[in-house]
Amino acid sequence: MYSVNERDAGTPESTGTALVILDIDGVLVIVPEGTSVMRAASKAGVQVPKLCATDTLEAFGSCRLCLVEIEGRRGFPASCTTQVQQGMKIRTQTPKLAQLRRGVMELYISDHPLDCLTCPANGNCELQDMAGVVGLREVRYGFKGANHLEAEKDASNPYFTFDPSKCIVCSRCVRACEEVQGTFALTVEGRGFDSVISAGGKDFMESECVSCGACVQACPTATLMEKTIIDKGQPDHVVKTTCAYCGVGCSFRAEVKGNEVVRMVPEKTGRANEGHSCVKGRFAWGYATHKDRVTTPMIRKSVDDPWQVVGWAEALRYAASEIKQVQAKYGQGAVGGITSSRCTNEETWLVQKLIRAGFGNNNVDTCARVCHSPTGYGLKATLGESAGTQDFESVDYTDVIVVIGANPTHGHPVFASRLKRRLREGAQLIVIDPRSIDLVRQPHVAAAFHLQLRPGTNVAIANALAHVIVTEGLADDAFARARCDVAQYDKWRAFVAEDRNSPEATEAITGVPAASVRGAARLFAGARNGAIYYGLGVTEHSQGSTMVIAIANLAMCTGNLGRPGVGVNPLRGQNNVQGACDMGSFPHELPGYRHVSDAGVRATFEDLWGVVLDPEPGLRIPNMFDAALEGTFKAIYVQGEDIAQSDPDLRHVDAALRAMECVIVQDIFLNETSKFAHIFLPGATFLEKDGTFTNAERRIGRVRKVMPSLSGMADWEITCALAQELGYPMHYDHPSQIMDEIASLMPTFTGVSYARLDELGSIQWPCNAATPDGTPIMHVEEFVRGKGNFMVTEFVATEERVTPMFPLLLTTGRILAHYNVGAQTRRTENVRWHAEDVLELHPHDAEERGIRDGEWVSLRSRVGETRLRAQLTERVQPGVVYTTFHHPVTRANVVTTDYSDWATNCPEYKVTAVQVRRAAQQAQAEPGLSAGEAADAAAVHGK
Amino acid sequence: MSDPGAKLARMANQIGSFFASEPDHALALEGIAGHLRRFWEPRMRRQLLLWLDETGGSELSPLVLEAIQTHRERLSTPTPRNPAPAAR
Repeated sequence: MYSVNERDAGTPESTGTALVILDIDGVLVIVPEGTSVMRAASKAGVQVPKLCATDTLEAFGSCRLCLVEIEGRRGFPASCTTQVQQGMKIRTQTPKLAQLRRGVMELYISDHPLDCLTCPANGNCELQDMAGVVGLREVRYGFKGANHLEAEKDASNPYFTFDPSKCIVCSRCVRACEEVQGTFALTVEGRGFDSVISAGGKDFMESECVSCGACVQACPTATLMEKTIIDKGQPDHVVKTTCAYCGVGCSFRAEVKGNEVVRMVPEKTGRANEGHSCVKGRFAWGYATHKDRVTTPMIRKSVDDPWQVVGWAEALRYAASEIKQVQAKYGQGAVGGITSSRCTNEETWLVQKLIRAGFGNNNVDTCARVCHSPTGYGLKATLGESAGTQDFESVDYTDVIVVIGANPTHGHPVFASRLKRRLREGAQLIVIDPRSIDLVRQPHVAAAFHLQLRPGTNVAIANALAHVIVTEGLADDAFARARCDVAQYDKWRAFVAEDRNSPEATEAITGVPAASVRGAARLFAGARNGAIYYGLGVTEHSQGSTMVIAIANLAMCTGNLGRPGVGVNPLRGQNNVQGACDMGSFPHELPGYRHVSDAGVRATFEDLWGVVLDPEPGLRIPNMFDAALEGTFKAIYVQGEDIAQSDPDLRHVDAALRAMECVIVQDIFLNETSKFAHIFLPGATFLEKDGTFTNAERRIGRVRKVMPSLSGMADWEITCALAQELGYPMHYDHPSQIMDEIASLMPTFTGVSYARLDELGSIQWPCNAATPDGTPIMHVEEFVRGKGNFMVTEFVATEERVTPMFPLLLTTGRILAHYNVGAQTRRTENVRWHAEDVLELHPHDAEERGIRDGEWVSLRSRVGETRLRAQLTERVQPGVVYTTFHHPVTRANVVTTDYSDWATNCPEYKVTAVQVRRAAQQAQAEPGLSAGEAADAAAVHGK
Repeated sequence: MSDPGAKLARMANQIGSFFASEPDHALALEGIAGHLRRFWEPRMRRQLLLWLDETGGSELSPLVLEAIQTHRERLSTPTPRNPAPAAR
């Protein structure tokens, strides 16, 4: 069911441009051509009764409830499938229509349980509403005939039930699965009276269903119903907010009863998601009130001591005194901090401000260091701005989509649905990935080319694509010469044209047949609109920044920038990783990507903040670890980031954290990092605070407080209180005041305020006097840097090589059900889909090692070893293995190395030489939790 | 742990490998030194220079070694701070 009190115009908005005037019940209405009569009536304030129609799905015309009379036409056409025409005169309420509608409803209700008072949909049921609207007073057929009232309920899905006894077979669920989600998991089986909705003949849990919730949302009855609504009842109010999972940044309506969330429903007007959701945002929010939440501050002298629960004042005083003591003993540069991409822009702003102005150095970094820092470097160097160029809507106009090192159906599922819809409309797809991701082939989607390259050879492939484009005369020379630095362009052309960059020459490096590379290059270059989408499979390499540059080169040389349908589109991992970077979380840049060495920029901050700022770059996360082990970095303030699980070469990380004298962790749960902490400050979830997130399309969306903070403090308040104790007071009454400060110091944010966000719903930066409503597409007239900058991208093989001892290459990724280190999703029913990390292994490699599917294996690299179960699959090519890092019990990053991107130190997670052998079973902790986590949780909660 | 200076040298060589394809030699040297200056925290630059002085820098690629030697002063000279806001 849609969210309570949500308006439904019945059919989607028309994209027609010509206007049509018609008369509906005596009211003149003007709508675009192509609009349905039903939607036009809605615009006139007339709600035509309906059941199978809804404005998120194409009109279907099956329920026969929305009949109308049209002057000059015979019969009673369905208003949902009838398009408006100039001068039409329509009547929606006549005695004959009333009689017909009552007859239709009578038939529906004759095969529907009359349990409205105890039905979970009571109070938000379209069937119930329509019975009232049409004035149904009796069911003449009785209830003793053949019916479906005894049909068995399917409660297999952890989040919703399917009760076929309540189903009216309107097909909204089937159509939602097809049109909105693009999974095609549902169908109508049987004919006539025997028609039933089926998840492919299986229960929902065993089916192809991805639990996005689109079918549940579309259902007009209680047939598909959230279990939380069944358990808790209907909400009493709604708060609009932004999802805290991936970088798509979906807008949601949090439905709340008192202070308790009972349902999260995607917001139809949300520009990032347009009413769609995935299993994480829609259902996996129960972690917010999980019993493992730590809600009181804790301190301890030594990490070997038990935690001591203390009040806020004592914890903050202790934290401040430890920081001061470390600085007094080891120097001003011996402390630093990490901002969180899971926290709001305002909170990230405050942490970097505290470090720069309060700590007095630039030792601030963020988790983007380990994901998209090469994006920041590469796009700034080539285009002039460290951000993606498009909005998500842009893909609706793309003819050839290139997906490189990303797995959108798992990592960015709501955008993936949009992308798949465009593919079903006829766009072509090129996938460049060592692994056969879902997009390569699934219902109604097939990649024209899958360039299944060897891990670590991205740049060689990009150069080979560029070689074909340049040497076969496929480049958009006019665009490149008009919009880009011509000398750089010519230098780059000469480089890629060299024979050593040809597909035939690089085939030995990449393993990709030259003919496929040539075909893909011709397809991309020949597209009217070609767009590149990429993820961490691009950035997390020793040449991560080089590959981002290579992608920008490809877009520039084909003229695919500056309009809808094209562009360079990084798919950001965490919900606010774009925002965290924008807010000045990098140690070399002040907010707005301005280098710390710029005296003029520093002066603007210094004037407002009242301090002199350090003009030298600070330490990046891996540099902090190295400095800790060398004894020059002794204290760290970590907000919402589990560096002891997510960062590479975990033994090194563990040793570095253990070498520090003061580790402050601010988080919602104890985690791997808190094992090394001396102070634990309980953070708040996104439901407990106000603020903003910025998604992958630079869209700033409001986060609104839905329930009180369990600890009594929002994260921004904690940072302010810590600053106060440190002697650098930062006072704000509300996060809107922090945004006002951001707007006053960042030229790309001068037009952003909470009032404008409330007015527009969301804003894509840059938003300033030149673009007061924001900027959906960048670099339209010229690049931010002026002329586009082609850069030579020599392929340099990673130093991480396979050897006889480590003959396989490990690459890592994520899965739909889980998010990042899994701290949130592991504390939800999502573990039902993925209870543990597994190692994907090609059957050929498994056979050589005598490994069978499901067996425990040892995964060993030159830096560490872990154990996990093998999953034999041809998704990976021979010689390549793959795993996720969602579960601390596996600690997959024990095996990843300290090799990193040359420009940014982003770790090379995607290439690790390993050996795999059969092994004894791993000792298991509580499902979903590591042994350490379970022990910590038990100690704190007295369990 | 491994030799910190050697690790920094390895990182510097990685930077060098990107700029090695720049045909203008002076620009390549400038690119390497500029990257170290803009992205490396002062203690990292100091440590690299110290390691270079102690070991002779044989593990550095010739291009990186030349870049550091050419731009050594720039790499070791601190960026001046602004005057205090009240004094401006």
